[in-house]
Amino acid sequence: MSQDAAAAPRVSASPERAGRSRTPLQLAWRRLRRYRLAVVGGVTLVCLYAAMVLAPFLAPYALDYSDRSLFYAPPVGVHLIDARGRLHLRPFVYAYRVVDASLPAYAPDTSRTYDIRFFVHGAPYRLLWLVPSDIHLLGVDSPARLFLLGTDQFGRDLLSRLLYGSAVSLLIGILVVLITFPIGMILGGIAGYYGGIIDNVIMRSVEVLAAFPSFYLLLTLASVLPPTLSSGARLFMISAVFSFVGWGGLARVLRGIVLGIRDVEFVLAARAAGLPDLRVIVRHVLPTTASYVIVAATLTIPGVILGESGLSFLGLGVQEPSTSWGLLLAQAQSIEALTQFPWLLIPGLLIVIAVLAFNFLGDGVRDALDPRQRVA
Amino acid sequence: MAEPLLSVRSLKTYFYTDEGVVRAVDGMAYDLHKGETLGIVGESGSGKSVHALSIMRLIPSPPGKIVDGEILFEGRNLLKLSDEEMRRIRGNRIAMVFQEPMTSLNPVLTIGEQIAEAVILHQRLDKRAAWERAIEMLERVKIPSARQRVRDYPHQFSGGMRQRVMIAMALSCNPSVLLADEPTTALDVTIQAQILELMRELQREFGTAIIMITHNLGVVAEMCDNVVVMYAGRPVEETDVKRTFHDPRHPYTWGLLHSVPKLYERSERLIPIEGQPPSLVDLPPGCSFAPRCPFAMEVCTQVDPPTVSIEAGHAARCYLYTDKATEKDKQAATAAGLAASARSRGV
Repeated sequence: MSQDAAAAPRVSASPERAGRSRTPLQLAWRRLRRYRLAVVGGVTLVCLYAAMVLAPFLAPYALDYSDRSLFYAPPVGVHLIDARGRLHLRPFVYAYRVVDASLPAYAPDTSRTYDIRFFVHGAPYRLLWLVPSDIHLLGVDSPARLFLLGTDQFGRDLLSRLLYGSAVSLLIGILVVLITFPIGMILGGIAGYYGGIIDNVIMRSVEVLAAFPSFYLLLTLASVLPPTLSSGARLFMISAVFSFVGWGGLARVLRGIVLGIRDVEFVLAARAAGLPDLRVIVRHVLPTTASYVIVAATLTIPGVILGESGLSFLGLGVQEPSTSWGLLLAQAQSIEALTQFPWLLIPGLLIVIAVLAFNFLGDGVRDALDPRQRVA
Repeated sequence: MAEPLLSVRSLKTYFYTDEGVVRAVDGMAYDLHKGETLGIVGESGSGKSVHALSIMRLIPSPPGKIVDGEILFEGRNLLKLSDEEMRRIRGNRIAMVFQEPMTSLNPVLTIGEQIAEAVILHQRLDKRAAWERAIEMLERVKIPSARQRVRDYPHQFSGGMRQRVMIAMALSCNPSVLLADEPTTALDVTIQAQILELMRELQREFGTAIIMITHNLGVVAEMCDNVVVMYAGRPVEETDVKRTFHDPRHPYTWGLLHSVPKLYERSERLIPIEGQPPSLVDLPPGCSFAPRCPFAMEVCTQVDPPTVSIEAGHAARCYLYTDKATEKDKQAATAAGLAASARSRGV
């Protein structure tokens, strides 16, 4: 280490002031912004979560809205030029005309145009459970319908349901991380720090847990959840199930890391300063594992999103009428649906996008926190 | 002399490994008085650091264990205290400075937080007062613009500066004993001198007794009042600093003195101590230095030598000062001692 170089700033203090007191996290943030894929992933996630929060406002229709006469309707066409070749300044749609209700087959009714309106009054909702409103970003007058991504078998708007369903899919990962990580960190930290019998007890129970085939355990636990549970409670219970299956892996890795950190001199110094054990673990040992934990979190979330999709796909996750991307995708199970109503695959696309975004971000964060790249 | 502040009595710390029992500290003993600086000298692996960790009761256990002895601090035996009582002494009454300044500070906390943490804990100050104390301590150890730098992270400090921070942290609760485990070994010489000077100054100011663990005889000459020379986990010679250099009695001390290069005399050959320190797993019977000792007699390899008091305040663990040694041996020893002492002048 070059001491002179490091000592220099204090002599010529003023120009160095700006570079002063950057926390390690700030430094990592600066590096993170240089990874383009990570930035793309991060921006995508910000958009997804923003859409999730604003779902009732962005969605043209309410969660429970359905038009039974228009089941499996394809996405409505948005036009600027009408059937007579006239240019409209506002984009407009045509109403659906039922050609054959049994197939089903629909055609646009070109006799009249319906302008897409902004900030229309519609079904009332509460934004974030707080702000009451009935303003929707987009809407059209009846009898036209603004089914931008088509409808499902009950004539429910797919776009609206995707927006509402994102809450489950996007929150469950975070919820699971919030439950799993404190448990895994504390238990792994304690096991690694103390060693001996405590270590043995904790690690053997992790191994017992790991010996269960985890997806079957997940299925079993999810299937015993009472069907009468409210959707919020169900989301929480499913998160708890995932956490129960998931904390062991994290605890095991953290134990390994802590085992290595335990003998580093600053931990010894903290103990020599007379700090209680728990404080040494929480304040001195665990923060050192932060780079691993942050990366593990960003890579755990997509796994949980996929897991929830799987559960919902099998009918063990979220229950109708509330929804999630996995549950929406479950409608696209048959070849018939895939070939005739391909828009039902869009939830799958969103799952892929969200998972990829988390992975890109996770990779970027890992590189940004890698101490070997700490040049500056 | 008054009651010693810290008194180590036949301290034995063993490590139970797969290869066998490592007797890292095997009968360490000395007294430390208030405000005194005691040097503990020995080569790597002689048990200096383990003995310091034993005093703090920070020996990793398992595999380590303090199997015997007493550590009397202000009249209480530290080895008999509960963990909680010991925790209140650590960092508060007895503090420690470690060898490696680059790794002994937590990289994710500001240095102010790290100093204040112990102060809040031991002195029961509130956050604000502890923070002020941290700034005051940084000023005491001469960190420029302490008020700003207290918010900095360790990576923004150089090695010498970090060691100052470590000293500030160690002295923040005004301990009566400071264990300094090779505090200057990792620093370059100019910084070493600054840190030693700083420690001396602070010692005068705070009246702290220092146990200076080092393998550097220059540091000993500079800092210490009394010296314990340690070999294979045992004290082999203890006396004041003057006699360590001018009237050394143990052959190992002579060897150490001969191994130090002198500044101006290139022509003179260094006389290294032949061989390696013994494996602490199976120590030879008798004197552990005997295999490397040019004066080894038959008895040396058979029975452990007693601690012989040569004069008041000077003891050596060697047969040369008992009636086991012949006149001829004693004369040769005296000559060797004189030679070593002559070499040491100017160190």
